[in-house]
Amino acid sequence: MKGAKSKSRESVIAGERLDARHMDGNAAAGILSEVFVPDLTAARAKCVGCGVTREIGTLMVYAHGMGMVVRCPGCDRVMMRLARTPTHIWLDSTGATSIVISRDAS
Amino acid sequence: MIEIVAETPRTRTLLLDVPGWPGHRAGQHVDVRLTAEDGYQAERSYSIASPPEEPRLSLTVERLTDGEVSPYLSEVLHAGDTLELRGPIGGYFVWDIPAGGPLLLVGGGSGIVPLMAILRHRNAVLGTAKERHRLPARLLYSSRRWDEVIYRDELARLAEEDPSLEVRHTLTREQPEGWTGFRRRIDREMLEEVAWPASEQPRVFVCGPTPLVETVSTTLVDLGHQPALVKTERFGPTGGAI
Repeated sequence: MKGAKSKSRESVIAGERLDARHMDGNAAAGILSEVFVPDLTAARAKCVGCGVTREIGTLMVYAHGMGMVVRCPGCDRVMMRLARTPTHIWLDSTGATSIVISRDAS
Repeated sequence: MIEIVAETPRTRTLLLDVPGWPGHRAGQHVDVRLTAEDGYQAERSYSIASPPEEPRLSLTVERLTDGEVSPYLSEVLHAGDTLELRGPIGGYFVWDIPAGGPLLLVGGGSGIVPLMAILRHRNAVLGTAKERHRLPARLLYSSRRWDEVIYRDELARLAEEDPSLEVRHTLTREQPEGWTGFRRRIDREMLEEVAWPASEQPRVFVCGPTPLVETVSTTLVDLGHQPALVKTERFGPTGGAI
């Protein structure tokens, strides 16, 4: 159920304390479901920094006011940035050289 | 929302009737959106506590001291109110019977919620003692105090009725008189005692505050468990609803 947009204040996306310690890819699943049809947490992404491929659910997620930063747990390189504005969802996945999604994923 | 059930002094379970709910898998979560009268919106993720077999969706919410959303959900909301939900979400931190076992669940605080969905699912599907013995389960659950243990009575009942399910608690701050269980944060020694050996290849699910999840998952890998079999869900610093 998507629809109603915030008016004067931004939607808080995840986490009661946005500037504190990280979560993991499971926390990004919701906003990713607005961009991708299949669930992405079980998909595998390859880090452009160290070349290691991991399930997105295992990546480190740092939430901030407008969205999230997704980092490689091995080399700490930023793999994805996600942000939500009143009119757009912004995705930068240049830190992931490939994302492999199982066609079975619902 | 149909009903609200108090679980502990700081947590409540919300029982929801969601028209058109497509079904879900144990371990998944939903995103809940609240809209205030002035249009301000807040969104939070909550793990689904009910197994796929239950018709009503259940979410257990912990009240965080300075949380923005949780006081509303855990105190102000009443039966008959409406919530906006998105979901079910998640395909990584999920368990179904075909994934097999043995099953090792390690949780801290409200991290127990998705693990409870897993245990309830296992209990609903495996009907005979024989089936259960083929897929045994162990839960190691860390809480601060006995009165903060969520689903305490249900866990005791499940363990009593099912010899292939073992529930071990650790109470890290205060213990009741006569307590013979663990009384410290989960550490390597505790995991060595409670966990299946790595050679058994247990399916492991670890959920709760980020520090607990990292300690437990790192230790299990050090003990020889394959990283691919150790699934994690970090709830952030406080371990409250993500």
